[in-house]
Amino acid sequence: MTTASDAVRTDETTTGDRRPRTLAEKVWDDHLVVKGENGTPDLIYIDLHLVHEVTSPQAFDGLRVAGRPVRRPDLTIATEDHNTPTIGIDKPIADLTSRTQIETLRKNAQEFGIRLHSLGDLEQGIVHVVGPQLGLTMPGITVVCGDSHTSTHGAFGAMALGIGTSEVEHVLATQTLPLKPFKTMAITVEGELRPGVTAKDIILSVIAKIGTGGGQGYVLEYRGSAIRALSMEGRMTICNMSIEAGARAGMVAPDETTFAYLKGRPHAPAGDDWDEAVAYWKTLVTDDDAVFDAEVFIDANELEPFVTWGTNPGQGVSLSDVVPTPEDFADPNDRASAQRALEYMDLQAGTPLKDVHVDAVFMGSCTNSRIEDLRAFASVIKGHTKADGVRVMVVPGSARVRIEAEAEGLDKVFEEFGAEWRFAGCSMCLGMNPDQLAPGERCASTSNRNFEGRQGKGGRTHLVSPVVAAATAIRGTLSSPWDLEKTDARDDVKAGA
Amino acid sequence: MEKISTLTGVAVPLKRSNVDTDQIIPAVFLKRVTKTGFDDALFYAWRQDPDFVLNQEPFRAGKILIAGPDFGTGSSREHAVWALRDYGFTAVLSPRFGDIFRGNSGKQGLLTGTISEEDVERLWAAIDANPGIEATVDLVERNASIGGLTVGFDIDDYTRWRLLEGLDDIGLTLRNEAQITEFEARRSSWRPKTLPVKI
Repeated sequence: MTTASDAVRTDETTTGDRRPRTLAEKVWDDHLVVKGENGTPDLIYIDLHLVHEVTSPQAFDGLRVAGRPVRRPDLTIATEDHNTPTIGIDKPIADLTSRTQIETLRKNAQEFGIRLHSLGDLEQGIVHVVGPQLGLTMPGITVVCGDSHTSTHGAFGAMALGIGTSEVEHVLATQTLPLKPFKTMAITVEGELRPGVTAKDIILSVIAKIGTGGGQGYVLEYRGSAIRALSMEGRMTICNMSIEAGARAGMVAPDETTFAYLKGRPHAPAGDDWDEAVAYWKTLVTDDDAVFDAEVFIDANELEPFVTWGTNPGQGVSLSDVVPTPEDFADPNDRASAQRALEYMDLQAGTPLKDVHVDAVFMGSCTNSRIEDLRAFASVIKGHTKADGVRVMVVPGSARVRIEAEAEGLDKVFEEFGAEWRFAGCSMCLGMNPDQLAPGERCASTSNRNFEGRQGKGGRTHLVSPVVAAATAIRGTLSSPWDLEKTDARDDVKAGA
Repeated sequence: MEKISTLTGVAVPLKRSNVDTDQIIPAVFLKRVTKTGFDDALFYAWRQDPDFVLNQEPFRAGKILIAGPDFGTGSSREHAVWALRDYGFTAVLSPRFGDIFRGNSGKQGLLTGTISEEDVERLWAAIDANPGIEATVDLVERNASIGGLTVGFDIDDYTRWRLLEGLDDIGLTLRNEAQITEFEARRSSWRPKTLPVKI
């Protein structure tokens, strides 16, 4: 049973030709305000607009100059995450430009009537962790944010798009976006992940397979038994990195796992609304005879813990492999890119990746900082101490995740291991706050980008899963739980984080 | 936004692929709350290297950037477009662009055209033969010329039209305000609301 409004939309788009549609097309059609003609884009309604301090100040300024209000403050929510420190959060932010940016967001939120969760607030945290945990992110909605990792929210069967500041202003002013049609790509992952292999390894292997430009112009739909078996946290990790394959968005069709995650969350529908919503959400699957513009298959049974060796997220291999030889790449651009990457990363072709020593381990970011990620990390390190000389930072994705982790005693596990247990924020993912690598430092990181200088100027990043980060922190060299002595801790390692 | 039809200026060969927006402008410069003044931040890390192309005399005054495939991937930061614009670039040609970067460019009047990898090589060769030579990018004809060499580029019709006319997106959308209001009246009650606050 669909709602009156949804029924109208559905009738408009399927009665007549009954064209089979993909999940992405269904969500798109249900948000069509004006159908584009003669090459003009469709005008798409935006259900939820997430805002943070970095990409919004110039957008609010634009509104002010044009004398425009925010059209729907009740569909907009802001949080502070990119600039915020993860220690000493009760003190004024030391970096004056960061402080100005945060204060600018606070002033703008006040002036335009937008809900803001500031540093120190119970609901503060990384914007892509906060939306889902409040129950604001739900199936079949459109979500935007001035942040490329907005793709995270697609894990719920939402159409979630990262946008630029001009578009942030556009959504604030109109609650819509002019958007061009997209192509659809099915990424089917069948089989069962082995223990120690996780959602992060799935997405890193997808990106290595299709390349950082492979998803350009596409919305990816992740399907198959291995995706169905994942928790919401695992699905968010996968959708989060869709942008690293160049995609417009990534999506997973909602199912009982999705509904169970949402039920009872503060802003999730309740009562009759819940029943109505679930009935509609159950229609949000790709029709059997719908056709994708492209298809990719991944065998989950074959996957191993994965790691990047280069300076883009497509430059990754199984951890059991060696640093590749640039000459082996057929494409001249790939060859040049690999050559540059090895120089920047200070790696020799042919070196087993497990021989690579790290200086730091970063456990956090919008890719992997939810409670299940922290549990997975803790399950591996429990009973161990960190390797000498390795700095280990554990940064929860939100204030709530921090509280939840402490209620479970995970903070004690981290501290006994020798890790720093921090407050919520983007932290060492992006070099905008005090948490940064020093030049030349090498880090195993659960974040999403290994670009040159991403974690600090001259810093070297290897992207890994939480359990690989944990094993690496124990051994001091890139390692997976498979490399650890057989212990009780290892038996606890769960797939799916 | 100013109307664009033909752009002329020094052509710069950026012989790299996968130039992500973190390279175009590192995150540390994203703390500013203004929309201008990012010229010094452009390619900040690479410009520390004296051999980098923008540090070579004929290219310092670059206006037309010709880059390898997958230019502008990664972060959504529109600052990447502002930095290119503030430096003086008016157009970027590449075989492939990051989707968000390309969208941002269109909103800010930075012309982005896709050209084949072969044509990139031909344009680079023409520049190498005559460093400092100017390129002309013709949005009406959708082609770019260096010396006697002319190559076609692709840009979608809608963005081309907006650039040619110098039109503001928000103004265009607000012409449809009645349809937006009508759509809002049909939205289901289960859809998320951030207010009133529930915790």
